[in-house]
Amino acid sequence: MTNTIIREDFREILRLVRPGSRVLDVGCGEGALLDLLAHEKQVDGRGLELSASGVAACMARGLSVVQGDADQDLDHFPDRSFDYAVLSQTLQATRNPRHVLDELLRIADRAIVSFPNFGHWRVRWSLLSRGRMPETKALPLPWWSTPNIHLCTLADFMALTADLNLRVDASAAFAGQGPARPMNPVSALENWRTETCLFMLSRNGATPQEEPSGREPLPASGDLFDG
Amino acid sequence: MAALDLVTPAAPPTGGGTWRFPANEPLRLDSGAMLEGLEIGYQTYGQLNADRSNAVLICHALTGDQYVASPHPVTGKPGWWTRLIGPGRPLDPARHFIICSNVIGGCMGSTGPTSINPATGKPYGLSFPVITIGDMVRAQAMLVKALGVESLFAVIGGSMGGMQAQQWAVDYPERVFSVVVLASASRHSAQNIAFHEVGRQAIMADPDWRGGAYADHATRPEKGLAVARMAAHITYLSEPALQRKFGRELKRDGLSWGFDADFQVESYLRHQGASFVDRFDANSYLYITRATDYFDIAASHGGVLAKAFTRARDVRFCVLSFTSDWLYPTAESRHLVRALTAAGARAAFAEIESDKGHDAFLLDEPVMDAALEGFLASAERDRGLV
Repeated sequence: MTNTIIREDFREILRLVRPGSRVLDVGCGEGALLDLLAHEKQVDGRGLELSASGVAACMARGLSVVQGDADQDLDHFPDRSFDYAVLSQTLQATRNPRHVLDELLRIADRAIVSFPNFGHWRVRWSLLSRGRMPETKALPLPWWSTPNIHLCTLADFMALTADLNLRVDASAAFAGQGPARPMNPVSALENWRTETCLFMLSRNGATPQEEPSGREPLPASGDLFDG
Repeated sequence: MAALDLVTPAAPPTGGGTWRFPANEPLRLDSGAMLEGLEIGYQTYGQLNADRSNAVLICHALTGDQYVASPHPVTGKPGWWTRLIGPGRPLDPARHFIICSNVIGGCMGSTGPTSINPATGKPYGLSFPVITIGDMVRAQAMLVKALGVESLFAVIGGSMGGMQAQQWAVDYPERVFSVVVLASASRHSAQNIAFHEVGRQAIMADPDWRGGAYADHATRPEKGLAVARMAAHITYLSEPALQRKFGRELKRDGLSWGFDADFQVESYLRHQGASFVDRFDANSYLYITRATDYFDIAASHGGVLAKAFTRARDVRFCVLSFTSDWLYPTAESRHLVRALTAAGARAAFAEIESDKGHDAFLLDEPVMDAALEGFLASAERDRGLV
């Protein structure tokens, strides 16, 4: 999780979020994304952050951030109180990712979720060749200190979205230091080559959000299915 | 206050003093009683701007008073919150109109048990009606309005002051832009009530208390009030803070093999108790502790705290707690913040790492300072003050 990857992550979120909307950033750190969204998209932003230092930094920036975590504090937000709930590189560190994802889409009309893909070829190769827990650019920490307790592959994530009856409104892939590229989430090839992925999700049946301009539309569902 | 009656200015003068409301403006109390001829002791700092949008109300804690940023007339000590208020501070009299008033029930100029009961011509004593945090806030609202302020930029308080700040958001959401609640709670816990009861019993056990009518006997229950203060003071600190400050240090070489103050901590507490009685009234202590014990915002909103704040959705809240505060622990602040979240209010909340206990909110805590300063600065921008 280098800064460059995170910044590209933010750039993509910035592209997806409609101006003037209400955004909840879960795990907002020191508020860099909320700050960016407030200045670039005039969003009414709120944040949830576990670390006291992060919250204090957010408050010093004038952001409305509450100390708490995704597992325990989402329950207290009213239904549909936000247009977007953002969970950036945090889903895999929650105790109950399924519940968290479900809660995000109770609180907000759309969830924007990003996570490292455990199906990436480097991860697979690392485990296969060395027989050790993978340490890659997207997963830099050893097993004994990583906060990531619920890692999943792109295919795993798609299975969960199907199970929760969620619709993918947008998806993008990041690799190395490069910018976001459109990604077909059900493609087996993408499950090999996507290092970090980002989704915008909504409940099936909700009004779809039009794909924002600035990039070619997503390819239609691919022919290649994983498993 | 005879002089004030003769002059009868149209509005409370800035700077401070004691403002007496006319008899046709009584204070309606939650108990159903009415207080006529209400007086409020207050201080102001700075000037109200042309838009009347820069007023800040500071709410003091249990034994605090209106001398928030100027020397205390009795003790001569500097204002109790000059860390927050002063030139170059987050609240600056050059930019803000800062108001702080003595709570009703108090003994620094506002109507309380030491005031003269107009019905008898004698001090109220225990005939003073029981008051609530809501009553204190209602009296403040009268003063604030009399000072020409329709809407406050901020209401700020720690501990019991934080209770008043919450009550402002509940009762007058359209009159507050932002609310800061430090080291506080939305209700008094059994432990809070228990400690207050110890203090009250200490006062009432003092023979000089005389059933509350000590003014008639020219006595003061100083011993009882001092013990109440000593017990309470322990709850404002933390075990690590006491250990760091005193440990088992002795006051002089060797033990006395008696009950003198052998230990530094004993001597310190005795001093706290003895100096407190010079500036505080025992009956005021009974009434104000009672007001905090009765405090339970949710109780008057169907037991659901969030319901109390549904009208306060547009108010900006800043809630801070401290890790070592066992009087109003973080769980209480979290309870408030979850209710604010559920109500859809705009809340910021952080638990500040500190080993200084409950009193940390008045002490040197750089993380708190940064958070509070940031919160106020952004609220000022939103308010169009800068």
